[in-house]
Amino acid sequence: MKFGILVNEGPYQHQASDSAYQFARAALEKGHEVTRVFFYHDGVYNGTSYSVPPLDDRQVTKQWSELAKEHDVDLVLCVAACQRRGMMDDGEAERHGKGANNVAEGFRISGLGQLIETGIQSDRLVTFGD
Amino acid sequence: MSILHTVNKSAYERNALESCLGHTRPGDAVLLIEDGVISARAGSTAGEKLAAAMAETGVSIYALGADMAARGIPEDKLVDGVKAIDYAGFVDLAAENDAVEAWL
Repeated sequence: MKFGILVNEGPYQHQASDSAYQFARAALEKGHEVTRVFFYHDGVYNGTSYSVPPLDDRQVTKQWSELAKEHDVDLVLCVAACQRRGMMDDGEAERHGKGANNVAEGFRISGLGQLIETGIQSDRLVTFGD
Repeated sequence: MSILHTVNKSAYERNALESCLGHTRPGDAVLLIEDGVISARAGSTAGEKLAAAMAETGVSIYALGADMAARGIPEDKLVDGVKAIDYAGFVDLAAENDAVEAWL
């Protein structure tokens, strides 16, 4: 079965990202496919490469990056949410005259259309938020 | 068509559980996750609502074990009929029902 996942909250403040990650892991372990995880609103903060949590804490961004690498999961950050929150890839940084790319490995910035597409192409869309 | 409803708020914080229970139909499943598991404690006002929903609407109610453990709720303190499940069980419920609705 194809699962799409929507994450609406940032890491550490809410449990949404942790729950979504555990759900995605469990689905993949059961042989399901996780087609895409769409990060919306504060959820885009899950994709910042500038996150350096204490080593004995959970590494939320790194966990998602590793999941994407291991299972070819498409991690998409909403572009409008990113622009409001200072999340930039090379293209966005250039377009807005900002200095740096802070999108972590495995994540990419794209539009809300990707969420709609996930809703259409997945068998189930599971939402995690506040 | 059956729906898996997820509720992630304690009934003492928001009215998400009550809204959810008001929209469930026979055959639906309700999964309590995150702070939602607090509502599943036996002998509580929220717990009574869950028991009534199971008896009257014929919904199945589940609670995520990892979130119960994180909040100090042992399985033997759950309302009778509420089943503790793990994330694999969550995935199964999502697959078995036709849609998943999060009551955020």
